[in-house]
Amino acid sequence: MTRITVSVDGVPYTDEVEPRTLLVHYLREVVGKVGTVVGCDTSNCGACTVHLDGRSVKSCNVLAVQADGHEVTTIEGLAVDGELHPMQAAFHENHALQCGYCTPGMIMQAVDLLTENPHPTEDEIRQGMEGNLCRCTGYHNIVKAVAAVAGSTSGEGSGAR
Amino acid sequence: MTAVDDRPTAEIGTARRRKEDRRLVTGRTRWTDNIQLPGMLHLAMVRSPFAHATINGVDTAAAKAAPGVIAVLTGSDIADIQGVNITAWPISPDQKTPDHLPMPLERVAHAGEIVAVVAARTAAQARDAAELVDVDLEELPAVLDLKRAATDEVLAHPALETNKSAFWQLDSAAQGSGGDVDEAIATARESGIVIEREYRQQRLIPAFMEPRSTVVDPTGEQVVMWSATQVPHVLRFCIAATTGLPESKIRVIAPDVGGGFGGKLQSTPEEFVTLAVARTLGKPCKYTETRSETMVSAHHGRDQWQKLTLAAEKDGTVTALKVDLMADLGAYAAIVGGGVPVLGAWMFNSIYKFGAYQFNCTTYYTNKTWVDAYRGAGRPEATYAIERLMDELAAEVGVDPLEIREKNWIGHEEFPFTTVAGMTYDSGNYEAATARAKELFGYDELRAEQQRRRESGDPVQLGIGVSTFTEMCGLAPSRVLGSLDYGAGGWESASIRMLATGTVEVVTGASAHGQGHETAWSQIVADRLGVPFESVEVLHGDTQIAPKGMDTYGSRSLVVGGEALVRAADKVIEKARPLAAHMLEASVDDLEFTEGRFTVKGTDKGVGITDVALAAWTGHDYPEGVEPSIDADATYDPVNFSFPHGTHLCAMEVDTETGATRMRTYVCVDDIGTIINPLIVEGQVHGGLVQGIAQALWEGAEYDEQGTLVSGSFVDYTLPTSADTISFVTDHTTSPSTSNSLGTKGVGEAGTIASTPAVVNAVVDALRPMGVDDVEMPCTPERVWKAIRSGGGTQHADTTPAQQAHFDEGAPNQDPAAGTTDGVVQ
Repeated sequence: MTRITVSVDGVPYTDEVEPRTLLVHYLREVVGKVGTVVGCDTSNCGACTVHLDGRSVKSCNVLAVQADGHEVTTIEGLAVDGELHPMQAAFHENHALQCGYCTPGMIMQAVDLLTENPHPTEDEIRQGMEGNLCRCTGYHNIVKAVAAVAGSTSGEGSGAR
Repeated sequence: MTAVDDRPTAEIGTARRRKEDRRLVTGRTRWTDNIQLPGMLHLAMVRSPFAHATINGVDTAAAKAAPGVIAVLTGSDIADIQGVNITAWPISPDQKTPDHLPMPLERVAHAGEIVAVVAARTAAQARDAAELVDVDLEELPAVLDLKRAATDEVLAHPALETNKSAFWQLDSAAQGSGGDVDEAIATARESGIVIEREYRQQRLIPAFMEPRSTVVDPTGEQVVMWSATQVPHVLRFCIAATTGLPESKIRVIAPDVGGGFGGKLQSTPEEFVTLAVARTLGKPCKYTETRSETMVSAHHGRDQWQKLTLAAEKDGTVTALKVDLMADLGAYAAIVGGGVPVLGAWMFNSIYKFGAYQFNCTTYYTNKTWVDAYRGAGRPEATYAIERLMDELAAEVGVDPLEIREKNWIGHEEFPFTTVAGMTYDSGNYEAATARAKELFGYDELRAEQQRRRESGDPVQLGIGVSTFTEMCGLAPSRVLGSLDYGAGGWESASIRMLATGTVEVVTGASAHGQGHETAWSQIVADRLGVPFESVEVLHGDTQIAPKGMDTYGSRSLVVGGEALVRAADKVIEKARPLAAHMLEASVDDLEFTEGRFTVKGTDKGVGITDVALAAWTGHDYPEGVEPSIDADATYDPVNFSFPHGTHLCAMEVDTETGATRMRTYVCVDDIGTIINPLIVEGQVHGGLVQGIAQALWEGAEYDEQGTLVSGSFVDYTLPTSADTISFVTDHTTSPSTSNSLGTKGVGEAGTIASTPAVVNAVVDALRPMGVDDVEMPCTPERVWKAIRSGGGTQHADTTPAQQAHFDEGAPNQDPAAGTTDGVVQ
């Protein structure tokens, strides 16, 4: 067992973990952050996407020990004081989710995409979201939601609510 | 008084944002795998790597000794209580149906079957120990190919002495709904046109995003099962019918469920094994599968060969259609099983007026994963066949594919129309949907561009695909199901509880897993009872909270469950009427009910229905002979199916040098009757389209000659991504259904049913001048390229600028070794 200290959604946790423990299993089973989910076992689906020091990672592809001393943000830490993050609001407003299983990962990836490229074209959004699979929406409204946030970030506040 | 609010005058038709979303976008969702109970054990399954084998023995000693392991059980350990995975629809009285034990004791019939289960304190310990279980399997010859299965050379289940499960026929002459199909074909051979084709419906994997998960708690008086299922009520029935547990002692809960698409319409071995282990050990148990386990053990879809004969007059008027289907059931008859291809029987004739029709379906067992419903279930296969054939007929006659369809379809003035298959279509307007789709698509301009590119010999050709589809939704009138020997009814149930504090609890027997019922049902009830949308709470997916239900599949929830809801609401109003009259000191006959209020005609006296609910709850003062409750239940059994339809148009660019395809435009205009929530409808259409497009272009479950599923993970089973797909153009025409009071028809499967033939028709249309009349699905670049080569004809000219990217000289990302010999040795 290895002792790690990880900040998850702003709260520091210190735990003993097996070195082989994946970050996603640490988040779900030890910290109880079950908003982050597992959709595959080959790092294809992106359902487990979280932010590690502000950048998106597939948490099934990171060991918990690699997160030692770092900051993790999950879907549960995105809303501030009950106010939805603009990307969460845009997913709601644009009906960018149905069953919602891929949604936490989608939103975390979409936030990262706009951090890197605040004004993407539709094609850049489609390329940037390629690592996250959705079986319900056909991606149409996910692309629309990301574009809506990108279009609104230049002004004050968010049109999506 | 009723609450003052600024809600829209009519909720129905409003693009309400979904009530479900808040918990889903913030990660506060209750998935089955999130559930933790005190003392809960975690299960891992040991599965057969072989397609067909005798189980000689299972050595569990090493696994039992592993850290954290509580028990390792085999089929014989749970033989008395494990139950059986039943089929609800034997399609013929003499159907051969092998027993499907959740954990077989003697023989496995497909790779992925469970042969042992480990229960341990953590999921990781269970999985580690599963590796230590030593299973002595002796391989038996396996039959994998559907056509070879039909020869009975190798048997999937030797005891059955044949691979054939059943035969089912619909003949229009025999049932009196049309002429003799063989006569019509003979006539066409003499003096008309006969189109004969064989199409392959490849095997697909539903691939819902949430892996299946089951938690069973055997403590207390009841056994409680949480499961990622579409069908909690059906599952409860199956458990009670086969395990010896009384139905009243079983509670099944489908919490938030992450998609299904038919793939969670099942009673699964995993659910039954988890139940058996929990009962044996007396401890709560959880089993959550890995994605690789989903792929190999959850049921697959499609997998048919379709032999088709279409007869027509010289002018393209179709006179007959004969269908011979071979359907692969996989190793077992699943819950709907052989009924899935049979559901296509009424749909091969689609929107057309054919004189004669015959549908023949033979089902076979193979040593592959079992096959059952996948979005559309029987209807996509039928629609694919007829829509491909209509394009072939158009090519033969030498007219536009839309012209041949118009010549044969049912005119809007001809409804209600009884088809050659014997179904009565209540409403539709194929002309209106097609006209709108052509307009949005720019049909004539794209045809002109296609012509230009053909004439210039552009290496990137343009193809235009048409699909004018219909489907039967709203499964199903119970008497019809009874006549087909289906094992259950097709009704749906709803209850409305008018709470004392003014909110309304709606209980539905439908079980949503992404469809947005909580929102749509709230809209229907808000309109009917005149209460605010926000005041309605929709409860579902728990057999204790919603005790009656037939669950969600077959585009039935709104069409059948929505009507049950309307009827329950109307009963609430009727039960409230005498109480309101009493409160207003008026005669019942003088009351009117509008926008949530009972008013006395010709006066300003009135009382809100929520005030009546409060008065009924206190019960202090109510009329004699009336019960102090305005709550109501309704069970609705549909009188007919509903028949959504639509016109889908697809433009594909095909690089004739590489076989690569690219979708350029996709337009669909669907007539799904009255729309409750346009936002939800659009979402259903988009998602459906991509699943159908994926069958046309990308997906296919492939086995090797040993019976190993080689497309057994998301690496190899290529679900489309955002980068593979485009944004769609969608619109609607509306001819309300006449068989339910809301006028709804169903939308869940429309996109999937319509889009597959639209895409393949477009690919074939692009290549038809090269002599190509078919490309097998999925139309991968390799298959397209080979079709071009075998069809003959390559053309050389400049690419049309701004169209599909081509190999431009000097452009980046080209093989640096191209044009040299260096690449050969690399």
